[in-house]
This record gives sequence, structure tokens and C-alpha cells, in this order.
Amino acid sequence: MSIIYDGSLDKIVYKTVFGETMEALAKADPDVVYLDADLMASIGTRDFWKRNPKQAINCGIAEANMIGVAAGLSSAGKKPYCHTFGPFASRRVFDQAFLSVAYGGNNVRIFGSDPGVTAAFNGGTHMPFEDIALYRAVPNATVLEISDGAMLKTLMWQLKDYKGLSYTRLTRKAYPTIYSDDHKFTIGKGEVVRAGKDAAIIACGLMVGEAMAAAQTLAAEGVDVQVIDMFTIKPLDVDLVLNAAKTGMLITAENHNIIGGLGDAVAATLLEAGVSPKFKRIGVNDRFGQVGPQDFLQKEYGLTAENIVNTLRGMA
Amino acid sequence: MDIKQTKIFAAKIRLETVKMIGKRGFGHVAGSLSVADALAVLYNDVMQVRPENPTWDGRDKLVMSKGHAGPALYSALALKGFFPMDWLNTLNQPNTKLPSHCDAKLTPGVDATTGSLGQGASVAVGIALARQMDGLDARTYLFLGDGECNEGQVWEAAMFANQHKLANLTAFVDYNKRQLDGTVAEVMDLGDIAAKFASFGWYVQVVDGSCVEEIHKALTTTGGTDNTDGKPLCIILDTVKGAGVSVIENVEMNHHMVVEGDLLNAAIAECEAILAELGA
Ligand SMILES: Cc1ncc(C[n+]2csc(CCOP(=O)(O)OP(=O)(O)O)c2C)c(N)n1
Repeated sequence: MSIIYDGSLDKIVYKTVFGETMEALAKADPDVVYLDADLMASIGTRDFWKRNPKQAINCGIAEANMIGVAAGLSSAGKKPYCHTFGPFASRRVFDQAFLSVAYGGNNVRIFGSDPGVTAAFNGGTHMPFEDIALYRAVPNATVLEISDGAMLKTLMWQLKDYKGLSYTRLTRKAYPTIYSDDHKFTIGKGEVVRAGKDAAIIACGLMVGEAMAAAQTLAAEGVDVQVIDMFTIKPLDVDLVLNAAKTGMLITAENHNIIGGLGDAVAATLLEAGVSPKFKRIGVNDRFGQVGPQDFLQKEYGLTAENIVNTLRGMA
Repeated sequence: MDIKQTKIFAAKIRLETVKMIGKRGFGHVAGSLSVADALAVLYNDVMQVRPENPTWDGRDKLVMSKGHAGPALYSALALKGFFPMDWLNTLNQPNTKLPSHCDAKLTPGVDATTGSLGQGASVAVGIALARQMDGLDARTYLFLGDGECNEGQVWEAAMFANQHKLANLTAFVDYNKRQLDGTVAEVMDLGDIAAKFASFGWYVQVVDGSCVEEIHKALTTTGGTDNTDGKPLCIILDTVKGAGVSVIENVEMNHHMVVEGDLLNAAIAECEAILAELGA
């Protein structure tokens, strides 16, 4: 159980991890039902559907119906996992998720793929910068963002018997490897992926790798930066936030609008605890998405190690 | 209509669509190709538009609700003169005006922003209602995918169009029988799509979606421009996903596909051969 980051990408893309794990879950528990809205081919589950159409159900391009069906399945004892692209898994189904699932007391696991700029060539209509904000506002919902393939697999298993509504955002591609395969994760507990005393970066998803790269650059300059993977955006790990604040300089970094996301959650935590380190939020600054290659988009919205480095330098 | 000119226009839409997506190397090519003939009839023979003044109030409007067919629409608009042909090389590039899904804020001639399937249906209905309120003699054309018709919103819009007697609205359904994960029948069977629209109070015509004469006839006869009894018109285009380019039609999972190398060259050659046959 360890951190094995060296900057190289996970060898297995997450759509493959998702597909294999989903099928293994269904095999292990006959109550597991996987639902998708005509995006199985995109998330690596089409073969699973062909092999086991009883536990893998294609709902067609009808996301709101899918979430309602999942609520019904849950109320009748099943354990539904639902996937579609992030914008449809959040905006397009929000009332069904809020009411039929969460308010109705059902247990449904919703997965939104292609978070933020990872939607790249699908463009602004497919680029969710607001899904975290939406789901954070649902009472008792769990909101997770995947930063690593081993994490995805482990959390998909943990969610099987988890109560309530969960929303997990994940890329279909791969980020830099952070964790060994046997790493244990606890929802509600963030991960310190790099120790450091001069400043701290609290990041999630895509931005964990960027934060690690930024920390390495700064280490070469003698600045010792802590990096936290706050994959558990809700419930937030308050203790870890307050501990990071002791460095006196805190940055949050997320592939999401800075309004309503990880940065806002951390800021509220700090303020209510009466702690005030130097603080900045890195994220999309109240803008819509747009089309283009991911590296272009990361630069366009400031979602890069370079921007983290420059921001920290500016705060020192 | 000059049938030959319309066919040439359709063939050019196909050629430009393939080249544009080939430049990027991948994209929604097959669902773009299946609407090429209907777009050719509309822009060549039917729609009242002014390329030099794309926001002219009196124009007919078009909503590409299956927004991933942007490349076909961009080709038609460029060929019609809405913007320079070389814009087509910029599909999906940084700062482009031609994103993978249609964006009315970016592209001259694009009348609605789409990409979340189903939503364009309601937007088209709203446009048609406004024109009815204003007494404006202009039509609204809507393109739906057959997979897109899985969305309840399509049927909410269909009900509304009938309730409000939107005779100025024409919806095409690109009945290519495939969606993303496979055939419509295996993913979410639509049953008799023509009967469904008819039962929602629409005129329905089913045409060969690769035949420009049939499409033109459907647009200009009962339920089309001479519609007087207040029913909206639905034209079901019987098509093939990837229509007109066999090397793309023949790929089983062709919704979003790689278009490069030999396949790209073969696709371009097919489009050029058709143009040559037409004497263009
Ligand atoms: C609301 C929504 N759900 C899912 C998608 C992803 N998606 C894009 S195209 C497509 C399949 C569309 O099938 P169809 O409407 O038949 O289009 P065609 O086959 O003509 O390309 C899917 C699932 C989307 N764009 N919007």
C-alpha cells in the first residue's frame, strides 16, 4: 500500500478498468445492475452487455428515465450503477437524481465520464464544469472524483454496499499513476500523496497529477509542497484540510468551475474553523467549455502544473 | 429543381465532410453522411436564406438537433457561401468556429446550439411558435436522429407542435437504424416511428433518404409548403448510417470512428468518383 507516482500514465485506460470492474461486480453480486444510456461502447461495457443482458441494461438515449428506473430498482432491492457522460449524468438527470433517488431514500451509484476538459473534442456541450457543484448541493450525496485507475476499481467495489446517492466523475482515458494496486481508500478521508511543509495543494482528478508535477518543479527550487488528493469532495476530509492549512499557504486545484466545487468547499471549511492561510483556488473561472485538444484546453483554462507553480510563487 | 445540381451539392457535402473529419483523424462521420441528401435539397432548392446576411429575420431556420452531424451542416453552409471553404479545415481545432456539435454563437448560418440529444426538438418548436405568433411566413426545419427519438423530450415537443398547430414546422427523422451502441432495434426499439408521429397528430411521409427527388417532393406537397390544416410535418428519411461512402457504411461501429490512411483515401475517392459521374 503506497504512493508510486513517477509521472508516467496508468497503463490501463479507465474505460477498461470500468468495464472489467463492472462485470466483476455483477458476477460477484446478483443484485448488481449496470445501466447505461447508449454509451456502453464509450466506457468499455458493450461486451459485458452482450454477455449478460440481464445485469447490463441499455436504456437508450434517455438518461432521465435511466435514473428513475435505477431508483425503482434500488427500492426493490437491486444495486444499480449508472453511467453516461458527465453533463448528462448531472444536468440532464438532476431532478430524477435529486428526487427519485436521494429524497426518495434510494441507493444509486451514478458515474459521469469525461469530466471538464477531458471531454476535449466533444466540445462545450459535453464539458461539465458544474457537475460537482450540482451534486454537492444534494443532501447527503457522496461526490467523488477519480484520480487513478487503482482508485477507480477500489471505489467501485466500495460503493456496492454504500447507502444513498453517489456521483463519481472519471476520465475514460488515463492520468498519471498515483497508487499501488493494493492501496486502501476510505470515503471521507483524503490522501496525502506528497508530504511537504511550505505550502499545500489540495487537488482532485486531473489536477492531482498536475499538482504532483508542480510540487516537483518547486522542490527543485527548495520549496517543499504538500499534495493532497481530495478524491472525496463530499464528505470532505476536514481534518486533512485544516492540517494542510498549517503550512500557511493553500491552493485548491480542480477541473471544474471554481464556483461550487472543491475550492469553495475547502474555503468554507477554513473560514468556519477560523483558519486563514494564504489561499487561492485554481479552476475554471466561471466560463463555459469549448472544443479542442485537451492540452490546449488545460492551458486555456489554467489547469496546468505551470499555472499552479506560478500561482504559488505569486503567493509567497 | 435541377436534380443534377442538387445531387452534385449532396456529393460535395459528402466529400467535404469526409475531408474535414479526415483532417482531424476521427469524428462523427457516419451520422453526418446520412443527412447529406436532405441538407442538399434544403439548401439548394427549398430554404429561403441569405448567405451574405445569415441573421436575416425572414429566413427559414434549421435546427440540427442531432448536433454531432455538424460537419455535414458546415459543409452545406460553406458550399452555399455562408463562410469561406477553408474554415472547414479548422474543425475541432483550437479557437475554431466549427466545433464537433453545432453552436449558434460561433457559426454563421447555424440557427441553434445542440449536442445534448433531444433538446433541439423543443428549440425548433419554440422557433416555429415565435414565427407563428409574428405571422412570419418562414419555415423551421428540424433534424432528429432515430436514436435521439429515445429521448422523452422529442415526444414532449411533438405533442406541443400538434397542440399549437405548428404547420410551419418540418421535422426530419434520420432513420438510419443505428445509434451509438448498435442498432436501434437492439438498444431501444422505436417500433413504427411513422405511426408514432402520426398518432401525435403530425403529417408523416416516409421517403428514400438518399433520393433527392423524393425528399423534394415530400417537402413541397401535402404537409409541406402547402400545408393549410395546421399539422406539423414529419419526413422519415430511410437512410443508411454512413450513406454514400461504402467504406464507412461497412464499419459496424461507425458512430464515432477513426478516418485516416487507406480508409480516408478510399472514402475521398468514392466521393470524387460520384462527382465525376455527375460531370462536376
Ligand atoms: C442527451 C445525450 N445523450 C447522449 C449523447 C451521446 N451521443 C451522441 S450521438 C449518440 C447516438 C445518436 O444516435 P442517433 O440519434 O441515431 O444519431 P445517428 O445515428 O444518426 O448519428 C449518443 C448516444 C448525447 N450527445 N446527448
